[in-house]
Amino acid sequence: MTWLSPILLLLVTWLAIFLQTGLMPLRELLGAPPNLVPALVVYAAFTHGLAMVTALTLTAGLWIDSLSGSRLGTGVAPLFGLGFLLHTRQHLLLREQRYAQFWLGFAGGIGVPLAHAGILALGADEPALGWFTVRQMLSLGLLNGLACPAIFLLFDRLRAVFEYQPSGPGPYISNREMKRGRH
Amino acid sequence: MFLLLVLLNLPAPASARLKLAVGGFFLPLFGLASSAHSFVDEASYQLLPRQTLIREVRRLESENTQLRIQSAQGNDAIAENNRIRTQLGLLPRGTWNPRPARIVGRDPSTWWRTLLIDHGARDGARLNQPVITAEGLVGRIAVVGHSHSQVALIGDSACGVAVLVVETRDQGIVKGPQSTVESGIVELSTFQHSPQILAGHTVVTSGDGGIFPKGLPVGKIIDTRAANAGLFTTARIRLGANLNRLEEVWVLEQ
Repeated sequence: MTWLSPILLLLVTWLAIFLQTGLMPLRELLGAPPNLVPALVVYAAFTHGLAMVTALTLTAGLWIDSLSGSRLGTGVAPLFGLGFLLHTRQHLLLREQRYAQFWLGFAGGIGVPLAHAGILALGADEPALGWFTVRQMLSLGLLNGLACPAIFLLFDRLRAVFEYQPSGPGPYISNREMKRGRH
Repeated sequence: MFLLLVLLNLPAPASARLKLAVGGFFLPLFGLASSAHSFVDEASYQLLPRQTLIREVRRLESENTQLRIQSAQGNDAIAENNRIRTQLGLLPRGTWNPRPARIVGRDPSTWWRTLLIDHGARDGARLNQPVITAEGLVGRIAVVGHSHSQVALIGDSACGVAVLVVETRDQGIVKGPQSTVESGIVELSTFQHSPQILAGHTVVTSGDGGIFPKGLPVGKIIDTRAANAGLFTTARIRLGANLNRLEEVWVLEQ
C-alpha cells in the first residue's frame, strides 16, 4: 500500500490549492491567500523520495500558477528548491520534534512566496510588494508553522493505518545466542 | 529543470492556453462549489415566508417600471447624442450590454489581485472586457477560457485604468501594485500637480485607452499629497465596489 501516501498527498495538495481560491474570512485575517503547500512540501521532503518531491512541487507549482496571475512555471522553482534542500539535508535536520516541524514550516511559509516574488521581479512582472508584505509573510509563516506538525501527525497516522508496519522483536533474544565452533 | 525552462520560454498565447488546460483540473471542484452555492440559495428561498416574497415582487415591479421610464429617456438622449455626433463627423458611441457572471474563486498567489468568474468564451467573453458592479468598476478580463475567465482587479499591475476626477476634470492613472486591494484603497497619479482635488471628490473612468467606457464610477478621493517635488499629485481612492464581498459581477459586452 506504499502508493497510497503519494496519492493522498497529491489529493490533499489539490484540495488545499482549491481552498486557497476561497476562504474569504481566513484570507482577510491573514491578509493573503491561505497557502499550505510549503508545509506539505516539508512533509514530503522528509517522508518520500526525490521523485515524489519533484512530482509534488511540479504539480503544485503549475496548479497555483494556472489559477493565478503569475506566468506558468514561475511557482515551481521555489517549491522545488525547498523540497530539494530539505530532502538532501534531512540527515542534519530534526524530523520528529514538533518545534522543529514548526520552524521548518515557518521558514517554508515565508521563503517560498518571497522566492516566487523574486523570480517574478526578475521578469517583466510587477508583484504587489509594500509594507503590507511584512504582515503577509509573518501570517503565512505562522500558518505553515502551525500546519506543519498537524500534517506530520495526520499523515503519519494515516500511514500507520494503511501501510504494512515493520514486525516487532520476536521471541528470539540475540544476546543469548550460542556461538558454535572456534572463535 | 528542462521542462521548467521550456515552460518559462513559451510564447504568451501558448502559455495562456497551457495555463487554462492545467487550470481545468479544478473545474470539477468549481462546479461542485457552484452547485452547492445554488442549492443553499434555493433552500433559503424555500424558507422565506410568502408575504415577504410578495412584498419583494411588488418592490421589484415598482423599481422595474421606474427603470423602464429612465431607460426610455436615456435611449432618447443617446439617439440625440448619436445624431449630433454624426452631424459633427464623430463616430457614434458604442452601446454596452452587461452580462451577469458569478465569482468562483480568487487568486491563490500572494502577489496578484485576480478573480475567476464562470463566464468564458462560450458565453461571449473576450479579452479586456470591463467587469463592473452597480457600485463601481471591478477590473478587466485578463485571460479567457472556454467556461471560465480570469479578471485582473483594479489595483493589480495588469489593470491600469485611466480616470478623471469629476469635480475638477483632472486626469490620471490608477495602477498597482503599491496599494493593497484588500483594504479597498488604490492610488491615483495625476498627470500634473492638481491642488484643487479634495477628499470626497468622485473618480470615474475617462475612456482613454479604449478598454473602459467613459463615466464608469471608480470611487471617492480619501486624501491627496504632492509627489515628485510637487510636479504631480498622488491621491488615495476608496473603491466604490467592495472587492472582498463580491459574489456576482457584470461583464460589459460591446
